[in-house]
Amino acid sequence: MKISSDHDDRQVGTALVIGNVNWFKYASPQAFYPLAGAMMPWFAWAAAACCLAGLTVGFFVAPTDHQQGESYRIIFLHVPAAWMSMFIYLVMAFWAGTGLVFNTRLSHMMASALAPTGALFTFIALWTGSLWGKPTWGTWWVWDARLTSELILLFLYFGFMALQAAIDEPRRADRAGAVLALVGVVNIPIIYFSVKWWNTLHQGASVSLTGAPTMAATMFTGMILMAFAAWFYSIAAALHRARSIILERERSADWVAHYARTGRP
Amino acid sequence: MNWASWSDFFAMGGYALYVWGSYAVTAGLISVEIIMLMQRKRKALERLAGPGGRDGL
Repeated sequence: MKISSDHDDRQVGTALVIGNVNWFKYASPQAFYPLAGAMMPWFAWAAAACCLAGLTVGFFVAPTDHQQGESYRIIFLHVPAAWMSMFIYLVMAFWAGTGLVFNTRLSHMMASALAPTGALFTFIALWTGSLWGKPTWGTWWVWDARLTSELILLFLYFGFMALQAAIDEPRRADRAGAVLALVGVVNIPIIYFSVKWWNTLHQGASVSLTGAPTMAATMFTGMILMAFAAWFYSIAAALHRARSIILERERSADWVAHYARTGRP
Repeated sequence: MNWASWSDFFAMGGYALYVWGSYAVTAGLISVEIIMLMQRKRKALERLAGPGGRDGL
């Protein structure tokens, strides 16, 4: 099985065989393209369903907060967006690192496909946070550790996209972007633990893996449903964008020409 | 049920600007991303089908 285009077909590359399936097969854009196309609609519909359920619970089931009144309902956007902004960055850096190590084109394509969606969620986290901060803290913005490190995350996403766009040769652009993505990973624990390490205006976590959430059960349910919606949406968007990137970059491959002509891979 | 009426719902207990400002901008940005995703795919396919085909720029 080949793991990159640089390998000859007859050469036996690495094979990761689990349950009779060689998973490296899907490291080839040609095999990934139809697979991603088949999975994409399922994630998109799952995202829409979770979003509908989450908004219904969030607005019509979850009670008014006794301290913040109705303004707390921003949480159903803010927390899932903030989680996704960090998680997408980790996945993006993972694919960038994998691409550097194994020299697989598809890994770099996945990293590129994730960046705009990650930037989108980072901006949404900052925007909704600002609109939540005004009524609860009395200010739109404050340079505390949590807000500042999240803003740096937005610039990391922009930097990654700008760097890739600035380099004409795709493989050099991939590697340069990957190095930037990996260096920027250091910012993720800083964001996550900022509310513990520093005395921030931003509150600590209401939800943790170890303790019970410090919020009403229905509020929590609405938030988790919206988190799943954000998760499924991100997967669908990344798969869709990865397919476009494959068509753009692999346009000299025979199967892409065939696909463009017949609509079938 | 949290709301006595639709106007009560839209008023959001006095926080309409903040709550709806958050939801409207989020919905708008996600719509923009979906449109951009579809445009990018369409352009990639058009370029493949266009003059010069797969070798065209």
